[in-house]
Amino acid sequence: MSAAPVLPETAGVHWRPRIDGRRLTTIGRGWTATTAAHTVPFLGAGGLLIGLEPLSFPVATVLAVHAWAIPELYAKRGANVLRSRPRAEAGPERVALGLLGDLVGHDARELHARTGLVPERGALGVWLVGEAGAVLVRPGGRRVHCYCVRVEDLSLPSGDRIAHLLLALREDEAGFATVANMAFSGARWRVRRRLLPAMRPALDAAGALAQRSTTGA
Amino acid sequence: MARLIRMDSTGHTTIAEWTVGDETATEAAVRAFREQLDLGHFAVVSEGEGKARQVRELPLDEELVILRRPIAGG
Repeated sequence: MSAAPVLPETAGVHWRPRIDGRRLTTIGRGWTATTAAHTVPFLGAGGLLIGLEPLSFPVATVLAVHAWAIPELYAKRGANVLRSRPRAEAGPERVALGLLGDLVGHDARELHARTGLVPERGALGVWLVGEAGAVLVRPGGRRVHCYCVRVEDLSLPSGDRIAHLLLALREDEAGFATVANMAFSGARWRVRRRLLPAMRPALDAAGALAQRSTTGA
Repeated sequence: MARLIRMDSTGHTTIAEWTVGDETATEAAVRAFREQLDLGHFAVVSEGEGKARQVRELPLDEELVILRRPIAGG
């Protein structure tokens, strides 16, 4: 029996435990707990102030805004992993898109043309691959993990940047998630609100695909 | 004809082309392949949706071998 392929880049992050479905679930719970820890004290303090002295509502309002803003900033950070980068010249972009188109199926090609993102089904869920990051929609479609990950060559056209990530993801999905830096984990709807409108259909499509699968490796 | 291509700033560049049985072309392709690996590229064969295989020797029976740069967390 041959050993499972391992992404060579994981050697550069040997101290990180290899990602699997169980670890992702644990990480997700940690993010939820952190969000609650950032939100509940502000809301609690605001409620307490109103209870003690109704005239303190301006301060309570400020606290409520904090409770709202902190999770929003995290979600924005998550959405930013899919942000487009400056385009190369038209010729190289066209060549790169041709190669990327050869690597994916018709539906993914069509979605990329509309949104700039490529969906990819994996064992951990459904991935949306962008130019400098990827979003993993977990089975069930409710939770996403947003990753900053990129190829270290700024001269590459956008299609090649995506193709680099896509090939690495296909080589070793767990290794890909291990090498990438997690920027956010939380509810899909929170990231969706912070995405560019043109990109939202891609997250919707990934969510729909993920809803059909119920287990993650 | 099989191809070894490298993703780069031009979109991609064909590094080598060969046909099984053409010894001169395959030797040149193997040599070019090793040079690219020495430069830090990884060679990948795409096997359809969801699958790709990293190769350390040039698979002469594959139609397309793609060279990519390493990725890293951003």
